[in-house]
Amino acid sequence: MAKRLDLKDLNLYYGKFHAVEGVSVSVPPRMVTAFIGPSGCGKSTVLRSLNRMHEVIPGARVEGKVLLDGEDIYASSVDPVSVRRTIGMVFQRPNPFPTMSIRDNVVAGLKLAGTRDRKRLDEVAERALRGANLWTEVKDRLNKPGGGLSGGQQQRLCIARAIAVQPDVVLMDEPCSALDPISTLAIEDLIGQLKRDYTIVIVTHNMQQAARVSDQTAFFNLAGVGQPGRLIEVDDTEKIFSNPSQKATEDYISGRFG
Amino acid sequence: MTTTESLVDRPAAPPAFQHVSAVRKTKNMIATVLVTLAFLIAIVPLAWLLYTVVSRGIEAIFSDGWWTHSLKGVLPEEFAGGVYHALYGTFVQAFICALIAVPIGIMAAVYLVEYGRGRLARVTTFMVDILSGVPSIVAALFIFALWISTFGFPKSAFAVSLALVLLMLPIVVRSTEEMLRLVPDELREAAFALGVPKWKTIMRIVLPTAMSGIVTGVMLSMARVMGETAPVLVLVGYSRSINYDVFEGNMASLPLLIYNELGNPEDAGVLRVWGAALTLILVIMFFNLLAAVISRFSAIKTK
Repeated sequence: MAKRLDLKDLNLYYGKFHAVEGVSVSVPPRMVTAFIGPSGCGKSTVLRSLNRMHEVIPGARVEGKVLLDGEDIYASSVDPVSVRRTIGMVFQRPNPFPTMSIRDNVVAGLKLAGTRDRKRLDEVAERALRGANLWTEVKDRLNKPGGGLSGGQQQRLCIARAIAVQPDVVLMDEPCSALDPISTLAIEDLIGQLKRDYTIVIVTHNMQQAARVSDQTAFFNLAGVGQPGRLIEVDDTEKIFSNPSQKATEDYISGRFG
Repeated sequence: MTTTESLVDRPAAPPAFQHVSAVRKTKNMIATVLVTLAFLIAIVPLAWLLYTVVSRGIEAIFSDGWWTHSLKGVLPEEFAGGVYHALYGTFVQAFICALIAVPIGIMAAVYLVEYGRGRLARVTTFMVDILSGVPSIVAALFIFALWISTFGFPKSAFAVSLALVLLMLPIVVRSTEEMLRLVPDELREAAFALGVPKWKTIMRIVLPTAMSGIVTGVMLSMARVMGETAPVLVLVGYSRSINYDVFEGNMASLPLLIYNELGNPEDAGVLRVWGAALTLILVIMFFNLLAAVISRFSAIKTK
């Protein structure tokens, strides 16, 4: 549980388009690392490459290495399915499975992997829902469809679903951008608790959010439209927001651009 | 600017809102009248047709033995017997057709939506387009040439089912394809991100999400092929008695019964024609209603 990720000279492509150039960064375990930067700088693309979701898009390509505790997830013998079991993901918009009940949504990963034992599934569902701070709100309607929950609850349901398979790393792609401030607060509290057990990487457009939840912040930028995105600097969140070493970072976080 | 009126009393700007002009009112009325007329013109033939079939066929379908007996041993001028043999034929031919066409159609649609890239997908789509434009008589002749002339099998209900497959397949592929495309990619990504393999994602997430629409499409396509006449004219002989053997012998179906009784000049024959026509409409309506009910009950619930 909770392993470190090392990105080594990562280059990402969509067909011929060079989307992200030469990213090298270490993501320490049991910490929250935030990716910030203007739209189109490639931060979501980098995030999706960390559990091999980038290659799902037709024509998308990856060069470089991503090491999970020293093991390259892009090694030719590695099954992408097993990578995604180890490195979970929460998406921008809550996407519970519409045909499934709340309980089945949470244990979908296990059930689809072949676990049949009802008792174990119930235990996992309760643990994951408690872990996602959703248990008390849904415990009386576990058999109701997941689509009936509010947006914030649905997103916590998706987080519960992601942690139910006990991944080593949880990736979050702007998990609060479709939510109201109160739900956002609930998710941010949850992230603070989850980092005790998981390595977390979060992409966010909201710099205050990055400052609130993360321990380490990576700033991405791009030289212009059609240019590849690059990692400008990565450091402790406190340092990035108080005394960044790069001018571009300072301009961005102080609101001078972006 | 006049000096007699003080600047303070003058309205600062002309009123912001205007009346609906007479021209617009007239245009609106003409358009309303036109679309209402068009609607009436469209509805008249339909209502007329239904009225004719119902008024002339209603006596037949309530007659003794209509739903339970065949026409075996019934004389042309005799008011007796029923369409059980034809009903059985229509159902069994459509059912066998669905048994073949539905799995192939759904799998082809899954290929096109989930896997199809490049040449093969384009060719498949093109072929499906062509197939959906093939007239039913051509499909029937093709099966006649292949199944009966080339392979030497006898004329049978099964041959009819094969021809119906050619007509049903493109409808099933098209409707399933559309339903699968409606499933948001986010659900596929969510499943992938949980470490679910692609085939399992399709089986357990994508297909169940689209199921209600797929079933509706299948039901509608079955209703479509039940009324097809050309295949039964070409590929199977008419029988006035019940035949349960789909691979051999003559078998009646509702369109075929109608066609044969048209040659019967007696009043009983005329009644049987209208009765069978009404029965066919009712059967097809039943399938359409079934499709609506299934889609209502299998629709994705949020509460």
